[in-house]
Amino acid sequence: MSSPKIWRQRIERYRLLGQKCKDCGKVLFPKRLVCSECGGREFDKEPMPEVGKIITYTTVYFGPKFLEQDIPYILAIIELKNGVRITTQVVDTEPKEVKAGKEVKFVFRKLKDEGKTGVIIYGYKAQLC
Amino acid sequence: MVGIVGYGSYLPRYRIKVEDIANQWGRDPDVIKKGLLVNEKTVPGTDEDTITISVEAGRNALKRAGINPKLIGSVYVGSESHPYAVKPSGTVVAEALGITPEVHIADFEFACKAGTEAMWVVYNEVKSGELQYGLAIGTDTSQGAPGGALEYTASAGGTAFIFGKENLVAEVIETYSYTTDTPDFWRREGAYYPRHGGRFTGEPAYFKHVYNAGIGVLKKANLKPQDFTYAVFHMPNGKFPQTIGKKLGFTKKQLVPGWIVPYMGNTYSGSSPTGLSATFDVSKPGDLILIVSFGSGAGSDAFVFKVTERIDEVRDLAPKLKEMLDENKIYLDYGKYAKFREKIIMNE
Repeated sequence: MSSPKIWRQRIERYRLLGQKCKDCGKVLFPKRLVCSECGGREFDKEPMPEVGKIITYTTVYFGPKFLEQDIPYILAIIELKNGVRITTQVVDTEPKEVKAGKEVKFVFRKLKDEGKTGVIIYGYKAQLC
Repeated sequence: MVGIVGYGSYLPRYRIKVEDIANQWGRDPDVIKKGLLVNEKTVPGTDEDTITISVEAGRNALKRAGINPKLIGSVYVGSESHPYAVKPSGTVVAEALGITPEVHIADFEFACKAGTEAMWVVYNEVKSGELQYGLAIGTDTSQGAPGGALEYTASAGGTAFIFGKENLVAEVIETYSYTTDTPDFWRREGAYYPRHGGRFTGEPAYFKHVYNAGIGVLKKANLKPQDFTYAVFHMPNGKFPQTIGKKLGFTKKQLVPGWIVPYMGNTYSGSSPTGLSATFDVSKPGDLILIVSFGSGAGSDAFVFKVTERIDEVRDLAPKLKEMLDENKIYLDYGKYAKFREKIIMNE
């Protein structure tokens, strides 16, 4: 990922900050230029809830190099209380502990580093409550 | 009045027991545990570092402070394990906490007292009237060479304090600092693990500086050990803080809430700040608390705090340290620990 792209996405990755359509009230995350509900183009900033629940998940045994240390790791779709769904890693757990319906909270973590000398990318992941 | 308006800590969930490290290197676990008075230590996850710990601790401090992050004028992160050699930890932390862009940011380093360095500077900035609020963080993912004495204690965690002038949780009554050039522990540029001077780290380093900072602040504040409800001293192991506490005239009872090292190890720059956080968790309005840090190289910062009535309002607004110590622990064996701490050489 290029540094400009990392930089452009930092606020939503760091703060889990989404948007709310000024026309129809649809809450969107990540942010978009056009509302997926009504086509509106004006938005207010909308913080996402800090907790959600696991809708579904998978255990990853062959992942990218930067996640080699974590294998096997959990990738899950999390539904927030406002209906927004987010795909992210569930950390600090064994795969056998993870179940659909379990509550998770979002935590601030390293997402990736571009090798020992590259830039480190930070953002949100999920942790079982 | 100037003091702390919000405090918050963060500890990783992973742990390794001292006996698992001792067994790995053919040492007697009971001798090590009795010598250090440490049972287990925290271990950072593969995706945790000084920046992620600072953000989580900072979020907890903001929950207790109940202030708009934009009012924070300085963010200082004290650590000896900043992820970048060149690029501040504080910029990521401040951006994640919603403090940027009108803020002064710096990373501090002074071995294990970088956290109280940050507290010292933020306190004085607020006191001078330059800032309404300032954020000071002490945190580390401490390094200890495999098989070395530090491996049994070097742990991970951190604590954040927001200083201000209104709605204080604890007022700063007095401060004092004592510093000399003493090479007891160091890590050269590019070296992965620190080195230390063995027994030289004790008498001429830790004990001399913590004692003089303790005596100095008591004299300056015109207070006696008996006036304090609690005291926190830097915790490189379990014995050192108990020894220096006794020498200064404090009882074991006064040290209990902040004596967290047996259950989490030495979090270097986060050690005494996290002991202070654990002490705030159990303190009552009017309690006097002494904290004395120690950073190799060497120096000690001392603060006297007086807890206010607001402690009862904010205590439960964020996770307390005892909960973090006791709940959701995941134990690692030495193999997994070595992988987590990147002690195994991999192909690029």
